[in-house]
Amino acid sequence: MHASVRPVVSVNITPSVSTAPSREAQAPLCMRMNIAEMNFYYGSKQVLFDITMGIGASKVTAIIGPSGCGKSTLLRTLNRMHETVRTARLDGEILLDGQSIFAQDVTALRRRVGMVFQRPNPFPKSIFENVAYGLRINGTKIPLAEAVERSLRNAALWDEVKDQLHKSAFELSGGQQQRLCIARALAVEPEVLLLDEPCSALDPISTAKIEELLVELKALCTISIVTHNMQQAARVSDFTAFLLSGQLIEFSPTPQLFTKPADPRTEAYITGRFG
Amino acid sequence: MSTRLRWRKFVSHFMLTMTGVCAAIAVSVLFFILGYLVYHGGTSINWDFLTKLPTPVGEAGGGMANAIVGSAKLLFLASLLGVPFGFFGGIYLSEFSGGKIAFVVRYAADLLNGVPSIVIGIFAYSLVVLPFKHYSTVAGSFALGVMMIPITLRSTEDFLRAVPRDLREGAMALGASQWRTIVSVVVPAAYRGVITAILLALARVAGETAPLLFTAFGNRFGSPGWNQPTASLPVMIYTYAIAPYDDWHRQAWAAGLVLLGLILVINIAARAILARGIGVPRS
Repeated sequence: MHASVRPVVSVNITPSVSTAPSREAQAPLCMRMNIAEMNFYYGSKQVLFDITMGIGASKVTAIIGPSGCGKSTLLRTLNRMHETVRTARLDGEILLDGQSIFAQDVTALRRRVGMVFQRPNPFPKSIFENVAYGLRINGTKIPLAEAVERSLRNAALWDEVKDQLHKSAFELSGGQQQRLCIARALAVEPEVLLLDEPCSALDPISTAKIEELLVELKALCTISIVTHNMQQAARVSDFTAFLLSGQLIEFSPTPQLFTKPADPRTEAYITGRFG
Repeated sequence: MSTRLRWRKFVSHFMLTMTGVCAAIAVSVLFFILGYLVYHGGTSINWDFLTKLPTPVGEAGGGMANAIVGSAKLLFLASLLGVPFGFFGGIYLSEFSGGKIAFVVRYAADLLNGVPSIVIGIFAYSLVVLPFKHYSTVAGSFALGVMMIPITLRSTEDFLRAVPRDLREGAMALGASQWRTIVSVVVPAAYRGVITAILLALARVAGETAPLLFTAFGNRFGSPGWNQPTASLPVMIYTYAIAPYDDWHRQAWAAGLVLLGLILVINIAARAILARGIGVPRS
């Protein structure tokens, strides 16, 4: 049953930094990250099957699918967070700018590929120290105060917290905490930012703020977001990958996937017939 | 009301009363001991007791300054041994070890925790006293330190484990190594719990007598330095309580009160630290 049907991939995912000719009408698209024939297992249980797709540079790529389809797992492989699970095993290849992510030091990779998690997870430190954390551990030479301010501005949080930088991060609201986590990730100037259902624990207003933010952040880095909220994917993303039971069903430009899905299962999912 | 229902109500009331009475007895025993100790100790304790050395047998007065200092030194040195091993061992258990090793270490720690303290005393005797051929503060501290290790280790592990996985992942996703994550995020999030655990371990060994009997031994005089036999409050209580002199009995009560006060202070401090919550330090 697995991998019997080839996924519909209507995006040119040529693995190269050079701008390969694209089927996209507008600007030529290049892929910042490429996943090639990737299979993923927890112990003896296979969770992802033969995934081949790409994360477009300076674009937002959404990964959607019903609960348990492996979308978070897929995202976590991109900065090798899956390695924190002992039984995890992966074969296939993942490239960042044409180079294997498994060939480089994992801490260096994670500096280039940042991550924001489902639930806000600020450290038990002050707001300032939360944002400065990544810079401190990487021994940066940039003045901290400047970098912290820039990151907080980029995360659209500066105006709300500029007078209380030394208060505990726990005193912020859930939405502010999540934007703090985004600022924390941005501080080390990652090339790719991964977001794992960043709004699932937030109220609608906070969610709207983060969605606005994501669209602006495209200018700074490449973004990939996992979401179970299809409207969110439609609103913020340029490309969408639809996953079902660990298989990539369809990977297309977002407007195309939501208006003219090529696979009947994609259509069934986006029209709410399951999931 | 049917007989059946009445019977059920009776059983319910009976059990409620019985458990209440048991709880009351348990607590009253504690308060009886406390009251008795405060009564006897309170009348015998005075400034001389806290500041003077014991007098020669037959001479009234004097105090246990040497035992108070001795206990303090023993606990200090014991912490130097028990805290690092327990703390780092706890970190290893919680953060690094796989299932099997963790199981073995945890089991060994629990076993060590259950070893009668007199056996720990014999262990320290043969390991530290025999080779150096005399009783010493170091030997007594070694015995107490060994007893502190499993308590500190297991509670450190528990408190570190309680730190959410999200926090570790947050740090690692920023490029922190595992050790860096532990030092800069996990331990700071759990430090209140860990300090509490250390204080409780200290309170636990502060009252131990058996492991000191043939390690620190005892001393009627002060014990400068670390390699002389030293007095300690629990051993002093033992020696004075079995002696045939009324004056010594009174001093034993006073020593009991001082020891209890010490343990009480440590316990209250530990609870106060813990009550302020874990992992949300204000900065």
